[in-house]
Parts: sequence; C-alpha cells; structure tokens
Amino acid sequence: MRSRGSINWRVLGSQILVCVNCNAAGLSNPTSPLSPTNIFSPASTPAKSIFELSLFVLAVTGTIFLVVFTLLLYSVVRFRKRKNDDGREPAQVYGSNQVELAWTVIPVLIVVALFMATARVIASVQKAARPDDAVEVVAIGHQFWWEYRYPALGVVTANELHVPVSDDSHPTPTFIKLLSADTDHSFWIPRLAGKTDLIPNHPNSMWIDPHETGVYLGQCAQYCGTQHAKMLLRVYVQSKDEFARWIQQQRQPATTTDAASQGQRIFETTACINCHAVAGTVANGHFGPDLTHLMTRDTIAAGAAKNTPENLRQWILNPASIKPGSLMPAMQLSDPELDALATYLETLR
Amino acid sequence: MTTTSWTLSRTELDWRLPSRGRVGMSALIAAEAAIFTIFVVAYLFYVGKSLSGPTPREVLSPPFFYTFCLLSSSLTIHFATRSLRRWNFRRFGAWWLLTITLGALFLYGTASEWHRLIYRDGLTISTNLFGTTYYSLVGLHGFHVVVGLVCLCTVMVLTLFGAVKQEHAERIDVLSLYWHFVDAVWIVVFTVVYVIGR
Amino acid sequence: MSTESIAWPSTTAASPSFVDHLHEWVTTVDHKRLGILYIVYALVFLVIGGVEATVIRIQLIRPHNDFVSPQVFNRMFTMHGTTMIFFVAMPILFGFANYLIPLMIGARDMAFPRLNAFSFWMTAFGGLLLYFSLVGANGLYGAGNAPDVGWFAYAPLTSQTFSLGHSTDFWTLALLVSGFGSIGTAINIVATILCLRCPGMTLSKMPLFAWLNLVMSGLVIIAVSPLTAAQVMLLLDRYLGAHFFDTQAGGSAVIWMHFFWIFGHPEVYVLVLPAFAFASEIIPVFSRKAIFGYPVMVGATVAIGFISVSVWAHHMFTVGMGANVNTFFVISTMAIAVPTGIKIFNWLATMWGGKIEFKAPMLFCIAFLFQFLIAGLTGVMMSAAPFDWQLGNSYFVVAHFHYVIVGGILFCLFGAFYYWFPKMSGKMYSEALGKVHFWLFVIGFHLTFDFMHVPGLLGMPRRIYTYEPGRGWDTWNLIVTIGVFFQAAGILVFLGNLLLSYFRGKAAGSDPWDAWTLEWSTNSPPPAYNFASVPTVKSRRPLWDLKHPDDPDWKYE
Repeated sequence: MRSRGSINWRVLGSQILVCVNCNAAGLSNPTSPLSPTNIFSPASTPAKSIFELSLFVLAVTGTIFLVVFTLLLYSVVRFRKRKNDDGREPAQVYGSNQVELAWTVIPVLIVVALFMATARVIASVQKAARPDDAVEVVAIGHQFWWEYRYPALGVVTANELHVPVSDDSHPTPTFIKLLSADTDHSFWIPRLAGKTDLIPNHPNSMWIDPHETGVYLGQCAQYCGTQHAKMLLRVYVQSKDEFARWIQQQRQPATTTDAASQGQRIFETTACINCHAVAGTVANGHFGPDLTHLMTRDTIAAGAAKNTPENLRQWILNPASIKPGSLMPAMQLSDPELDALATYLETLR
Repeated sequence: MTTTSWTLSRTELDWRLPSRGRVGMSALIAAEAAIFTIFVVAYLFYVGKSLSGPTPREVLSPPFFYTFCLLSSSLTIHFATRSLRRWNFRRFGAWWLLTITLGALFLYGTASEWHRLIYRDGLTISTNLFGTTYYSLVGLHGFHVVVGLVCLCTVMVLTLFGAVKQEHAERIDVLSLYWHFVDAVWIVVFTVVYVIGR
Repeated sequence: MSTESIAWPSTTAASPSFVDHLHEWVTTVDHKRLGILYIVYALVFLVIGGVEATVIRIQLIRPHNDFVSPQVFNRMFTMHGTTMIFFVAMPILFGFANYLIPLMIGARDMAFPRLNAFSFWMTAFGGLLLYFSLVGANGLYGAGNAPDVGWFAYAPLTSQTFSLGHSTDFWTLALLVSGFGSIGTAINIVATILCLRCPGMTLSKMPLFAWLNLVMSGLVIIAVSPLTAAQVMLLLDRYLGAHFFDTQAGGSAVIWMHFFWIFGHPEVYVLVLPAFAFASEIIPVFSRKAIFGYPVMVGATVAIGFISVSVWAHHMFTVGMGANVNTFFVISTMAIAVPTGIKIFNWLATMWGGKIEFKAPMLFCIAFLFQFLIAGLTGVMMSAAPFDWQLGNSYFVVAHFHYVIVGGILFCLFGAFYYWFPKMSGKMYSEALGKVHFWLFVIGFHLTFDFMHVPGLLGMPRRIYTYEPGRGWDTWNLIVTIGVFFQAAGILVFLGNLLLSYFRGKAAGSDPWDAWTLEWSTNSPPPAYNFASVPTVKSRRPLWDLKHPDDPDWKYE
C-alpha cells in the first residue's frame, strides 16, 4: 500500500517525459540547446513534415494516456480494500456489451484519424516530385565510411557531404540515391530527414531541402559491424555560391609539389593506392575514401577524429588506436616515411 | 484462507474431446507447412533473378511418372489403414509395402534427376539463385519423404513381427496424416517448380 | 524340496541419495517438474543476461568510454538480446504454462509428457550451445567468439565474408535447436488444451490463462518455423555456397529481414500473451471480482493472434519498401492496438468496483497496467511510419521494447512468481521482501527506461559502443545506467526471497489467496497425479461455485 508522502515515480517519470517533449517541440531554432541532432528541430521539409505529424500523434497518444492513466489511478485508490472491510465479496460484474462496444468503436475512430494523417505524410515524402534543378548525389555506404558521388557535376568525395541551401520560392533540393558496397547501413541526419537504409543490391533514394546554412550532424543508424558507432555523418549546407565554388574546387585534380614528392612516392609505392584514389595521379583505388581533397575536410576516419596533422599521422601509423576494427591496416611505416607521407597528404587541398 | 483441499463432484457427462494424436500431428503439419511456405516464397521471389547459369526452362523436365508414384502412395496408404481397421492384416501389410515402394521410387526419381542436373547440366546449389532455391526446396521435401519412409519402414518391421494390431489403427492413421501432408506439399512444389517457375 | 534358506533383500527403504534425486529430475516427464526446470534454467540466464546488460550500460555511462572494446560491446548486445528472448523469456513462460495448464484444466499431465521432456532438453541444449561459442568459436582465422551480429543478424553481415569464424554459426545452431524445443512445447500445449480438459470444461469455460497460452502456441507453430527456414538458408549460404542472401549473386538482403520479422513480430506476442495470462488470473483474484468481459477478452486475444502475423514489416519502414507497402503496414499495426487496448480496459473494469488487496502479485500487475499503457502508446507512435523514420533504430525503440518486455512482461512474471510460489513450493514468501523488491525494481525500471526515450528523440542510434560528446546524450545515458543498479538490487532481493522462503517459509496451504481456479483445489505442492479424481466443472470459476453454493457463477454466465 502506497503511503501518502511517498513519491509516485511513475507519474514523475512520465511527466518529465512529457516536459522534455514539449521543450524539444517548442524549439525550432537551428542551434537547439538540447542537441544538434534533435528530431524536434527540423531544418528541411521531410523532417518538418515528420515533426508536424509527430505533434499530432503525440497529442492523440498523450490524451489517451492522460485519460486511461487517470482512470487506472482512480480505480486503484477508490476501490482499494479498506481497513474496516466487512469481508464480503463485492458485486460480481461479468461484462457489459455497451461498454465493450464503446471502447472498441472509439479506438477504431482514433486509428482511422491517425492512419489518414500518416498516409498523407508518407505520400508527400516518398512520392515527392523531383524538380529539374535538384542536385543529385549518389551515396555509397562502406564499412565504416561514406562515399559521395555527384554524377552530373563530376565530383567524388567522402564522409562530408556538401549541398546547397534551398529556399521555398525556388527550391533546390538534393536527391540522394543510397547504395551499399558491403553490408546494410542507414543514413540519418535527424534535423534534415528521417533515416533511409543503404542496402546492397537494393537502391534507395531520399531527399532533403535544408532551409538554413550550417553543419548538420548524424551517423549510421543500421548496425554494420565493429565500427558502426564511428561512421559519423556531416552535411554542410552552403549558399548557392559557396556550393558552386566548392564543386569547382573538388573537380580539380591534385596538384603536386616538389616538397611533397617523397611522400607521394611512398604513397604510390606502398599499398595506399590499392584502396585510395587521388585524381590526377596513378592512385585509383576504390576500397577506401577518395583523398584528392582530403585537406578540405574537417574530420578524418568518417568523423572519428579531427583533421589535424597529429591525428592524420596517428591514423596512418595505427588506425586501431583511433577506430579499432576499422578496415584500414596499419601501414608499418618508419617515422621519416610517416613524416614524408603526412607532408604529401597535407598538400591535397 | 483454508488448508483443506476442495473435492469436486463427479457427474455423468457425455464428454468427448478430439484425439491427442490427431491434434498433435495437425499442429506439427501446420508448423511444417509454415517452413515450406517460406522456401516456396523464396523460390517464387527469385524466379528469373539468376545472374548467370542454367535456367529452369533449359534443364528441368517435369517428373510425371515419379509424381504419379508419390501421389498414388497416398491412395495405397489409405487402403492400408482401411484394411487394418477391418482386421485384414495381410492386406494391410501388402498395401503398406506398396506405399513404401512407391515412396522409395519417388526418391529414386529425385536422385536421378539431381544426378543429371549436377553432372550433365552443371547445376548445383551454389551455381546461381535457381540452383539455390531449387535444391533447397526439393531437398527439403525429399528430406521429409525420407523421414516418412523411415517411419513407414519401422511400422513395416513391426508388422512383420506381428506387433501391429487393430487397436493401433488410430496411430497408423495419424502417421498416414503425415504422409498425406508430404504428398500435398509435393503438389505445391511441383506446381511452383515445374509449372510456374519454368 | 530344498531346505536351503533363501536370502531376502532388506525391506527398509534407503533414503534417496543425491544421485537418485538428480536422476529423478533429469529423467522426469512430469509437467510440474519440467516446469520448474524451465523456470530455474531461465532464472540462471536472467542473471547472465543482466550482467551483459550491465556491461553495456557501464560502457555507455559517458561518451568515449573505454570500459570494453567495440568487439566485446558488440558481442554483449548480441548475447544480451538473444539470451533474454530465447533463453529467459521463452523458457520461463513455457515453464509456467507447463506447470499450470494441466492443473487449471483438471488434467493429470500434458498430452505428450515425453515430448515435453524432449522439448525442455532441446531448449536447454540450445542455450548451452550459444554460450559454448565463448570458447568454441575460434574459426580459421582465429576470429570468432560469441556472436556479434545483433540478435536479428541481418544479412549480409552474417555471410562468411563479414562474419569470419564460427560465432554466427553458434548463434544459428543454438536457435535452430531451441526452436525445435519451442515448437514441441507449442504442439504439446495445443494438444493438451484441446484434448485433455476435464468434463464440463468447454472452451468457453476454461481459464483465460489457457486461452492465452493456446493462442500463443498457435503463434509459435506458425512463427518459429519461418525463423527455422531462414536459419537453414543462412547455413546453406555459409557452408554450401548457396545464394539466398548473397547480394553479389543477385540475392536479397531484404528477404532475410522479411523472413526474420515474420518470425520476430509474432514472437513478441508469443512473449506478451502469457504475461496477459498472468494478469488475467491475478487481477480478478486480488480485486475479488470475476474478470470483466471474458468473451471479449477471448475474442481480443484471437484477434491479436491473427493480426500479429500481418504487421511484421513495421520493423522495416526505413528499408525502402515503397509508399504503398509502408502504408499497408501502418494500418495493420495501428489495427492491432485496438484489441490490445480493449484488454487494458477490461482489466481496468475488473478492478472497478472491487476490493483491491495490495499484495506483491497485485502490486506488480498494477505496475504492469500503467507501464504497458505507456509501452503500447510509444508503439502507436512508431506505427506512424514517417515518425518511425526518425524513431526507428534509435534508443527510442530500445526504450519502447524494454518497456514492453521488462515493464510489461517481466513485471507480470514477478507477479506470477509471487502468486504461484506458494502452490509450487508449499511455502509462503516474505511479503515484506516482496515489497522491497517491488519498490527497488520500479524505481530502477523507471530511471532506466523512462529516460532512455530521450536520447532516441535526440538522435542516438542503437548498437553503438560509444557516442560523441556534444550531442546532448550524456546526462540521459548516465541516469539510464544508474537505474540498472536499482534493478539489480531488486533482482537480488527477489532471488533471496525465493530461496529463503523455500527453506524457511511458513506452510502456505492449498489456497492462500482464496482463489477460484482448479489448481487451488490441490495440495501445495500438488501430488504427482494432480487430482485424486478428475474434477467436473460447471462454470469458469469452479472454486467460487463451491465456496458460494447459493450464488454460483453458472447461474450468470
């Protein structure tokens, strides 16, 4: 028997939950203090449609919760056995057809309403028309990094996706085709869209039309092996001009310098080129990320570490120290070789 | 709260419930049907999707004779059980032996077809999607025929020792339910593999 | 005639040795003994699975923690899920079903006692096989160990290419073997209920416990077989070069998902229906009223059984099945919420107007009602597919299904333990310790699983061995981990209570709760033959009729 002064944890817990949701729902500014990956802070149409649907669903389920919770609480308090009980059994009620009908019909009506709202959003997101000036990206999931190709623009890059901002008067969404080179992955940037899986031999597609510039975070959301946790996502939403500039720069092949020639030789004679590609050189491997413009990225190893000279060096020396289970082998290079190689890689802008 | 046990009265009731052998076997058949359904679904899903290798049209020819053998064995097992119920032990033994023979003939047919597919046509379970789904579906069915034959042979041996009596007719009937199921599955497999899939 | 004397063996019986006891238990075919074997087996694995969960939560207590390596972490969540579902939840529920069904329907044993024993030993062996992987799985490359492919083992991660060594094979074989055990038990339950009911007990007069287990068994029969089929296909892929899930040869990774979830979704109803069965027996007795709406409860159960085989792809909303297919699974999933909700309302109506006694079994069932309500509602949220595109595969889902399995099923199980422990052991448990267990566990449960929803809403995916700081997930993960220790404490109190009461508890008598179903008419514990003479019944509550001869149920049903 619960004493009057003790805390009812059930109520407290569910109230906190409701509060959190309300707070999260109330914040719609890009820099949400709660989290940069808050699903209640949409910055793109698919995420926004989902957000609006979720408010409706939360309102309906929240109401059901309050009603039934109150009835349960009431019945447990009101119909408890009293101390001065006379020991007789209460009236035995076996059922009531009217009551059963009522609490069947009302839920069915609620289900119909929820279903119709849901079906509408499914269609709006999955059957959206593709405008002519949509940017096309092909994303290929690998263990444990992301490959991005812009077929119409002739760009191949990795791990950090750049897209133009879209405004509603003249939308320039990005349509992403999702493929996989090995096992299942999932592309999830909560503020831009719901997640869609990358499954080998099963091409998928999704779209985003971010309304505000900035960096949007996410990560792989389908268990894909040892380093699933560090297959992070970064999407850079840029103004149309900045995006065009970025594309231009990414299309350039790598330029070689004399100071880096020793490093380049190491790169090309060690096994590096078996996996990595550098446009304009003999390196043409596809198993690992394209490194032509490595230095334009903020992170390495799919977000596992910041792109600093020390981290880069450490990564080549011993990938397992940053991302144990990553498929990049330790290259067993000596210190001078490592220095030269790092110098070369740092020229890849 | 009492510690005495309650005694309940006995009244005369006409209380008859289904036999547990039949219910148990029906439940088992339902489970087996579910397994076969999944293999059939896989087969149908992968029809025409092989990237290379022999196709069904090229290498499959419907085994009409062996199918006839298996399906008639359902008839013979039915006659066998009927004979047993009527105390005709000799006839029961004869029909039962015929059932086993027909089942064994069917297995021989499957084996010779597989021999031809593997050695002449180069189709194995690892050749392509057709090979994978064909051998697994027909193989699963064949495995169930083998299990059925083992049970049938056990009964045959017991019959030869004179241990099978009229009162065992119910149990023999339950076993024949399994055999009928195996035949029914073959009808489905035949249709899927040799008719639809080709 | 010889006059040699004949030596007679001594006629004083020697008391059975430990080996004799062991032999009795290992060779038993008695449903009560097998029930207890199932339950004890499951409790051992409950502790092991709990340790695995604790390792997971300690690793996640803060970002970039290094309590365990990613390889170990991935094995932990795989083993935790597989253990809890197949070697804790299913055996324990089969154990209770085995023990109680014959007693409740007035039978002497299950329909096939030897099949019963076979099924138990298959399940037991499966569990041992799974854990043997810890030592036996080192394959050709020294790779392998416990399986680390997740409890649903999506292809092609499970192919030879991505899963070296034998760890995946141990997963596959262990579940194949225990699957045969599950199907055997289900066949047994169906045959027992349909063929061995005592005279007068028509299907509409048997306890809801029997109905719920009947539908559960039907689901096992149709649903475990697809898993068996998929496992066989996986083994063929891995060892005979088949291409079922080989995407390089044109095979489909998605078809594994379909086959798995065609099993996986009905599986969760297999787990929850027996929990409903416990609630449907306990709530009436402790409210002192008959269950409200028995026919509707039966109808809702059957409806749940049927609908549950049509909702499976709501686990695959993000896989890219197309808008039309997604829409179908939205409506089927929302539909199943209706009969489930009806059940909650009927339990509520049972308590309404009653005289509720807050003993341990009832405390747990009341908590179940509140918690299952929340769990069901978060399920409705995810049935709206676009919302699921955000919530799916995140900690929101993890919170949801733990809310169902722990907050719903485990709480009902605790209630069932306290309710039937006096019958099974003949001793009464300590009510005080029961309440301590309840409060510790409720606090721990809510600390962990209420707050676990939040990281999901803030973008935290599941199955990650660590996470980035600065995503706003840190504090929530800390609170979630703290709750684990309260739950662990609660479990320790619970196990202590069982042991202590078994050896030192007061004699319970045959009917300590003044209940109404047939098992309470036997001694505690019941004799091997259950009933001296097979009873005849006239209503759903035969003991109520006996205790209230002036006001029996059969006048009103």
